[in-house]
Amino acid sequence: MSIGAGVPRDRAKRLLGGRGRFVDDISMPRLLHLAFVRSPYAHARIEAIDCLAARALKGVVAVLTAAEISDAVASWRAEHKLFPTMAAPEQFALATDVVRWQGEAVAAVVAESRAVAEDGAELVAVAWAELPAVVDAKDALAPDAPRLHDHMDGNLAYTAEIAAGDTKAAFERAGHVAEEHFRFHRHTGVSLEPRGIIAEFEPSEDRLTVHQSHQTPHQQQDLYARLLGLPEHKVRVICPDVGGAFGLKHHLMADELVACVAAKLLARPIKYIADRLESFLADVHCRDHEVTARMAFSASGDILAIEVDDLFNAGAYGQYPRTSIAEGNQISRLTGAPYGHEHYRANLTMAFLNKSILGHIRSVGHPIACAVAERLIDLGAAKLGLDPIELRRRNYLHGDDFPRTSVGGIEFEYLSLRDCLDKALAMFDVPRFREKQAALRAKGVYQGLGIATFVELTAIGPEYYGEGGQHISAQETCQIRLEASGLVRCYTGATDQGQGIDTGVQQVVAATLGVPLEAVEVVSGDSALCPVGGGSWGSRGAALAGEAALRAAATLRRNVLSIAASLLQKDPADLDIRAGWVMEAATTHMSVAEIARIGHFQPYSIPDGIAADLTVVERYASKDRLFLAGNGIQLATIEVDVDSGIVTPLRHLVVHDCGRILNPMLVREQIRGGVVQGIGSALYEELRYDNGGHLLTGSFADYLVPMAGEMPDIDVAHIETPTATSQLGVKGAGEAGTAGAVGAILNAVNDAIAPLDATIAEVPVTPPRLLKALGRI
Amino acid sequence: MKAPDFEYLRPETLAEALAMLARHGEDGAIIAGGQSLLPLLHFRLAAPAYLIDIGRLEPLKQIVEGDGYIEIGALVRHCELAASALIGREFPLLHQAVEHIAHPGVRHRGTIGGSLAMADPAAELGACCLALAGDVLLQSAAGQRWVGMADFFAGIYETALAADEILTAVRLPRRGHGGIQIFNEVARRRGDFAMAGLALVSDRGLGSPRLALLGVSDRPILAVRAMALLSQDPTATEAAIALIGDEVDPADDPAYPPAYRRHLVGVLMRRTLAELSP
Repeated sequence: MSIGAGVPRDRAKRLLGGRGRFVDDISMPRLLHLAFVRSPYAHARIEAIDCLAARALKGVVAVLTAAEISDAVASWRAEHKLFPTMAAPEQFALATDVVRWQGEAVAAVVAESRAVAEDGAELVAVAWAELPAVVDAKDALAPDAPRLHDHMDGNLAYTAEIAAGDTKAAFERAGHVAEEHFRFHRHTGVSLEPRGIIAEFEPSEDRLTVHQSHQTPHQQQDLYARLLGLPEHKVRVICPDVGGAFGLKHHLMADELVACVAAKLLARPIKYIADRLESFLADVHCRDHEVTARMAFSASGDILAIEVDDLFNAGAYGQYPRTSIAEGNQISRLTGAPYGHEHYRANLTMAFLNKSILGHIRSVGHPIACAVAERLIDLGAAKLGLDPIELRRRNYLHGDDFPRTSVGGIEFEYLSLRDCLDKALAMFDVPRFREKQAALRAKGVYQGLGIATFVELTAIGPEYYGEGGQHISAQETCQIRLEASGLVRCYTGATDQGQGIDTGVQQVVAATLGVPLEAVEVVSGDSALCPVGGGSWGSRGAALAGEAALRAAATLRRNVLSIAASLLQKDPADLDIRAGWVMEAATTHMSVAEIARIGHFQPYSIPDGIAADLTVVERYASKDRLFLAGNGIQLATIEVDVDSGIVTPLRHLVVHDCGRILNPMLVREQIRGGVVQGIGSALYEELRYDNGGHLLTGSFADYLVPMAGEMPDIDVAHIETPTATSQLGVKGAGEAGTAGAVGAILNAVNDAIAPLDATIAEVPVTPPRLLKALGRI
Repeated sequence: MKAPDFEYLRPETLAEALAMLARHGEDGAIIAGGQSLLPLLHFRLAAPAYLIDIGRLEPLKQIVEGDGYIEIGALVRHCELAASALIGREFPLLHQAVEHIAHPGVRHRGTIGGSLAMADPAAELGACCLALAGDVLLQSAAGQRWVGMADFFAGIYETALAADEILTAVRLPRRGHGGIQIFNEVARRRGDFAMAGLALVSDRGLGSPRLALLGVSDRPILAVRAMALLSQDPTATEAAIALIGDEVDPADDPAYPPAYRRHLVGVLMRRTLAELSP
């Protein structure tokens, strides 16, 4: 059985060998390159665009503005029918009359090389009339604030309240109240490979073929067909090797759409690879929330109620097609979710402002919801004089609490919170750390320990986007083909951006069918070849595509056995397939390859009326459950240099429950990568803007990502509580690392500086912010 | 992010390089390791018509022992400084500092001449050469001149180099035995540009101290008041720590505001002096 085996992924060998094939590695005859003229202003009216000089430059083939492309491509609005009151201003592939963030594209230069395209872009003369910019949600919502969108009354994008019980009464009778005001600054996903696309158009066939660094080929196929007015079956989106995605690459990006438009207008292949400056300016961003929250405790330490007010600094538009709502919605629904309180109120206020669009980046909303609740628990523990670990255990949902719909409206099948905590405490000696910590404090060395409990929403069901009106599949279909040699091709709708889902699917198919792992080849990332599916995002691949693969492999197994039974004159119930051979107890009868040969070339030997298809298709879609919720705990230790303000992570531990694990090695590496991304969020990553909305962090010299040298060892352990909602029992695993790391680090920093009577609730915890909190500058 | 078009020239001798530079003047740029210039080109912050690659000028790759000085050729790479036993013996300051310069990939390409000529206020080697009272040799087709480090740096990315001059070497006076050389800096991550750094060079017992600071003004600077104070009274360390933050003029950087950098200078001074006490 290869399910549960820690086998390395095939792609790793190729990628580590330097033989990856990313979009930018692909070339083709007559290829042209695209560069954009992007707005230098956060908010400005376009008075005129003069392209004459650029068009005259040798090597420039075309310069496109909104005027040139408006007939060839439709506009869009990021609407979601589950949030009908959310504002959804119209967005265009190239800005028409007003630019609304620095970096928004206003013209596209198509040339023989990227360098010449950039030369051309420098020659495009735009007459700008700068408009006042709003760069902060509070300012954006002021009554006299400049408006981004003329048709709106103001910049309020959405507001909502989620409430359960009676928080007012609960706070009135509380023995203790912990309250904090948090600031989670804006950052982004930073994939090693930036966004990139090659679009080819064949006018005689109305055919668009796209190679794109993307997570969702079928979604893009649908979008390109609809926005460009092409028949969908003439649009093919291929995702070759993708060098990291993290949610950056499951949206429609205006500049990528322009590449498709240019290919259509010019009937030549067009390549666009975002450079790093463009990535910081125009990729989707994430976080950027200001949260005020409080937690009411009984005198004995029961959590009575939580109130959360989230001010969400969104971007200039809603992200299409998913909208920008999810991050705010998750914070509203998830804060304090692991705990058994009955009274809850969350208010979300989302504002448009003059910055790049906020989208879904790994662990959408989770890190904030987790950090807020976990920080309040530590603050509450201090007020109550209780051990923060015991305060958590006391309030965890457990045992008979499940199944349960949380006060925030999330369904929990089961959460193994106490088991995860126990395992974490078995792996990390907290009392010993406390002794060492006290001894070091006496010497002026400040170490801290932080814990964060998280729930992880994975494998979203079809109801969310289905009811929302988006063409985003939450159903997965798997096609498996037994080739004449007896080897197997499996076509999945999931896509692989480095996490290794191809290998996970391969393991499921091999184990279910009864053939060796190497007998199965998984094909993914091609909208023409693979069955319609959702791609990979939101920790859905293993749970959904894995289950579809299990079903398809089971069907193929049944067919192979029915053919074998008929040839052998046996009862199929007595037969089994093991390691590629049809067995009856210990007797080996014939190979799967032999059945494949007969099935394909001597089909007359198989009687009519038995299931003999050697290409099978099965599907899986969940019903009546929005998410599969995993859970876990993270424990971080750090050291604060109270002179320089630098925080050094020391050790990090994750105990996680994502149900049944297909491949423990790949899951561990996902968790570690996620933790590193969370530490980035907690300590380093920040898109800083000046008051005029100009980005100050346009390169890796100013936008700091976590580097190996600063990262702690990250221990990962698992509790396995399979979900009963599927046969495979898998829950998603991609959010966990990021979900809990911010909270764990923030608590650890606060634990370290507690003896100095200081607290901090702003991330990233930069040295100047920390020294300010300590009163040293 | 592609460099604008330029003509690439690769002289084989210094004379040839100087002639090219004389011919192209403001339109020419010297490239050595390329660790600073290439990003500027790709960001299109610099657009020289001619790129003159001096990488083949062998005489500029030498470290030469002179009478009372060591002369380091402009093309000596950071990794070569680190590998030089002579440098380690004479100027342990440089060995300490090189470890803070970016990452091995950069240290294998970047050169000391390139670092000095670039004049990034946060660069380690500029402050070290200032603390070591070095002089740079500036050569042109018309002649050559020696310029002291304090006169060489003129502001952010600004130096005394004329358009037709190449920085070909830096000469550092040898120091007597038993002296002190300490380098410290604070950077967010290993290899990042320093938020502040300090190079201390003195005789035994903190005699005739020279304190150079980086990352806290528009150029590497000497902390002259702290130096004067410690020259008069080497035990006045607390007073020197207290005043050194006032000697700097950090840029108004919202990420690391001036108050923070001033504070760091004091922290570095305290750490550096603490290394002196057994």
